[in-house]
Amino acid sequence: MPAGAVIMEPGNSAERFTGDWRTFKPVINQDKCTRCLRCWVFCPEPAISIVDRQYTSSSGRAWKNSVEINYDYCKGCGICVEECEPKAIDFIEEVK
Amino acid sequence: METIAKSIWKRLPLSSNYAVAYAARDSDVDEIAAYPITPQTTVVEKLSEFIANGELLAEMVHVESEHSAMSASIGASAAGARAFTATSSQGLELMHELLHIASGMRLPIVMSVAARALSAPLSIWGDYSDVMNTRDTSWITIIASSAQEVYDSIVQAYRIAESVMLPVMVAYDGFMMSHTYEPVFVSEKAGLFRDYIPRKGRVVLDTKKPVTMGAVANPDWYYETKYQQVKAMSDAYGLSVEADQTFSKLYGRGYGLVEEYNVDNSELVILTYGGIFGTVKQAVDEMREQGIPVGAARVRLFRPFPLNELRSLLLKSKAVAVLDRSFSNGLPVSGPLAVELKSMMNSYNINVPVYSYIVGLGQRTVTEADISKIASQALSSKVSNESIYWGVRE
Repeated sequence: MPAGAVIMEPGNSAERFTGDWRTFKPVINQDKCTRCLRCWVFCPEPAISIVDRQYTSSSGRAWKNSVEINYDYCKGCGICVEECEPKAIDFIEEVK
Repeated sequence: METIAKSIWKRLPLSSNYAVAYAARDSDVDEIAAYPITPQTTVVEKLSEFIANGELLAEMVHVESEHSAMSASIGASAAGARAFTATSSQGLELMHELLHIASGMRLPIVMSVAARALSAPLSIWGDYSDVMNTRDTSWITIIASSAQEVYDSIVQAYRIAESVMLPVMVAYDGFMMSHTYEPVFVSEKAGLFRDYIPRKGRVVLDTKKPVTMGAVANPDWYYETKYQQVKAMSDAYGLSVEADQTFSKLYGRGYGLVEEYNVDNSELVILTYGGIFGTVKQAVDEMREQGIPVGAARVRLFRPFPLNELRSLLLKSKAVAVLDRSFSNGLPVSGPLAVELKSMMNSYNINVPVYSYIVGLGQRTVTEADISKIASQALSSKVSNESIYWGVRE
């Protein structure tokens, strides 16, 4: 262990999973999600991923992409929940 | 010693402030962060002069506060420079949070402190309130009692700091030492201390080999990092002994960690620190002439606390009167050295009466007569269990 908490290999924050800080977990309801990407814009982490996966909603609308949350880094701040216009993100207490 | 003195030393009349400046020059420092404060100011003035006339190749960083002086020292030291700064009183207080950062980042900065009282009321005069406030900052703390010792201690400080990777402060009396002149041997030839304080490789900020310093440590690592500091401070004890002994062997002057004076066959030892020790020794001489069996001692290394030396002193002591020039308000025994001595004695089951005297706050004059009266009172054993505020007008 280096003295004085010196980090000998910098640029390693990607190795530090901050997801375990979370108490509440945002869960995207793909059916309600309009792919507006406000969550992606506002997420300070950023822990919102736009993934290449098609999704057809119950009303028959076909999306080319899906929006997902990277739970390795999502700290559960709830900003996405607050900003989501169609209220497509649920905020669920996590029991670990 | 005489041969050493003739060949490599130049004898100059110097104040302790100038002795610091000469020592920093002779330690070949790379960076000096300076903000003026009484009574330290002439240290960095002299260093500016050395840089201006080409005697010292160093970067003088003029900052707008002591907070920045310590910040600049931290940055310079992290980048690999041998950093030096100097301060007093409110300046040391303003640095306080950075003192923890310097020691926490394990940077071998050396700082001189011309010890001075704290406001309010405003006082520019000497006492040790500023130094004693830094007891918990993990800085190795040396308190000198002569200008020569100040010079030698700054050089020793770099050896200790760069071995154990903790910062060191060298304190001495504001005004009573910072502005009074004594004959001091300083190095006559450049590089005299080059082998004593060699340039060692250490992890530094370098764009070719980047590292991160001063990052966050969450609960999973903070504790271990702090414990490393505990181990380092413990190592600093032995290294301080080594630095002093090696200095003595090479250059003919050594001080030990606790200096004793006429302790053998004494009924009372007067224990103190800093420049007042000269007055105490004079008082001891006068009392000894009158057949009063007193001795004296002073703590030179305050952090790490010189456990072994004090235990050996206490074995020879029947009673101890501790003179503190600072107080920790709200305790029955409020002198910092008295408190720490008592705590140490309790841990090691040493049972010797310890009387705590607060003297010389804000540089209230303490004379040999005061010391003699204190000694007589302590010898009578009719002394309060609580600290005595000597000579105060209630």
